[in-house]
Amino acid sequence: MNSRLAATVHGWLLLLPAMACLAVFTHWPAVASIVESFYSTPRPRRPSRFVGLDNYGLMLDDPIFWQSLSNNLWFALGTIPISIALALLMAIWVNDRIVGRTWIRMAYFTPTVLPMIAVANIWLFFFTPQYGLVEQITGIFGATPQNWLGSKDTALFAVIVVAVWKEAGFFMIFYLAALQTISPTLAEAAALEGASRWTYFRRVQFPLLMPTTLFVLINAVINAFRMVDHIIVMTRGGPDNATTLLLFYIYQVGFNFWDTTYAAALTVVLLAMLALIATIQYGWLERRIHYR
Amino acid sequence: MTAIETPAPASTAPSRRSRRLASGRAVARAREDPYAPAGAWLALESTGAALLAILWFLPLAYAAWAAFHPSEFTTRFELLAPLTLDNFRRAWNAAPFARYFLNTFVLVSVVLACQLVLGTLAAYAFARYDFRGRNIAFALVLVQLMIMPDVLLVENYRTMSLLNIVDTIPAIALPYVASAFGIFLLRQTFKTVPTELDDAARVEGASGLQILLRIYVPLARPIYVAYGLVSVSFHWNNFLWPLIITNSVESRPLTVGLQVFSSSDQGIDWAVICAATLMTSGPLLIGFLLFQRQFVQSFMRAGIR
Repeated sequence: MNSRLAATVHGWLLLLPAMACLAVFTHWPAVASIVESFYSTPRPRRPSRFVGLDNYGLMLDDPIFWQSLSNNLWFALGTIPISIALALLMAIWVNDRIVGRTWIRMAYFTPTVLPMIAVANIWLFFFTPQYGLVEQITGIFGATPQNWLGSKDTALFAVIVVAVWKEAGFFMIFYLAALQTISPTLAEAAALEGASRWTYFRRVQFPLLMPTTLFVLINAVINAFRMVDHIIVMTRGGPDNATTLLLFYIYQVGFNFWDTTYAAALTVVLLAMLALIATIQYGWLERRIHYR
Repeated sequence: MTAIETPAPASTAPSRRSRRLASGRAVARAREDPYAPAGAWLALESTGAALLAILWFLPLAYAAWAAFHPSEFTTRFELLAPLTLDNFRRAWNAAPFARYFLNTFVLVSVVLACQLVLGTLAAYAFARYDFRGRNIAFALVLVQLMIMPDVLLVENYRTMSLLNIVDTIPAIALPYVASAFGIFLLRQTFKTVPTELDDAARVEGASGLQILLRIYVPLARPIYVAYGLVSVSFHWNNFLWPLIITNSVESRPLTVGLQVFSSSDQGIDWAVICAATLMTSGPLLIGFLLFQRQFVQSFMRAGIR
């Protein structure tokens, strides 16, 4: 009993610094966002007061909020499947003994270590009308000139391309690690049975990579709600809010319009979505631990 | 103290899985993979992989082209275009990049140092102390894996103004100093340390902290390196929070400095912007190119759970 008490005291003392920081900068702000969202933003002549669900009512009538939500959904739908598929392809290529694989692996991984803000600048240049590289290349093939970032129809697509380019190499690493844990005896057995390479991939490799796919998927979903650096550099949400993602909208409302309580309400929506993802992941983690 | 000073085999340090990974690779090398591509198939696969690699490297290559040539060659590709460092000189003189470098350097060091200290202590408690409330505390830590400080901009800004430290480097660092990811990673590692080592040291009369510093920390070295690389590259590249919380040259890190520089000062002189872009990612990029294998393996190690 006494040693248990000592362990509790020591344990909590060791935890204290980390827990204090987490409480102040993660738990409290999450709770405070919810509390704040029920109040009005203080203005010079009007102090903050309790307004109940007014901020949420405002949100329901706010077309930009809905657009940012749908943009974010399209952004997620555009980036997640493509970057995961590319990551898997890259990993399988690099895992084979192809020519120059060290160099190729390095090329795939490089975007991961570069600041998004820096590469967004380069991509901005790529997409520049008239003399940007994309225009020069499509010009060779006789395509009509296009203002990729300036047109409502293509801007979201352009930022999706950048996000895929940035993420795929990062996800490749996880697939590569998982591929290397697959026992080579499985390949031998499959070959003895006369399975084609495609069958081997579909029936053996892909199922065995499933936990990795789920892990990468969760990361990709979180990233889809978190990646806004390139939006700030490339489009600032424009044209006409075509590339406004939810977190970018929170940034705009909170720090350009200084409507902090409305921004808090928007944050609550984002937190709710992240919590939903967490619940899904938790269920999955449980299953995995069960398997072990 | 012999038990403590006897170095344990290094292989106990990385997680079980990464050891399996290493041995799996050794086996693969010894045997022939029946699905290894050969002949025309190998050529096809290599070409595809190389084409994608070129596509992936193109933005960086293009930035390098623009940065090292005079601006009239920015969009004209001639093999014999004269090389120049003038763009770098102009970028360097146009904005206080030296100060930005210093700020970023201080920022990533402070963040990493705090993360390592806080993370080690917490991970040790979770791995080796059986105390009341441990599971709840661990769940509270894991919350941060989902709700990262990146999305709590508004409230964290308010906290920083209450603390009166807006526009300082500590304000950029504070939300990140306790890292759930680091605590989780180190806890997993500490759990693989055999308890016999622990018990032996205790019999020798070592205290809990001594055991942590003499046994656990040295054994987890590869994980510390892996985590360090991931953390440094994350905070070197972090942008949104620093953008919000800083508004002066004295505290701005490189990423924010680059954004201020390229959005206001330069208009559309792409050669100079590309030079500044390369410059700000330079140290990280050079480090990556030199220690490529280490980097990739670190990200792998940190990613496997």
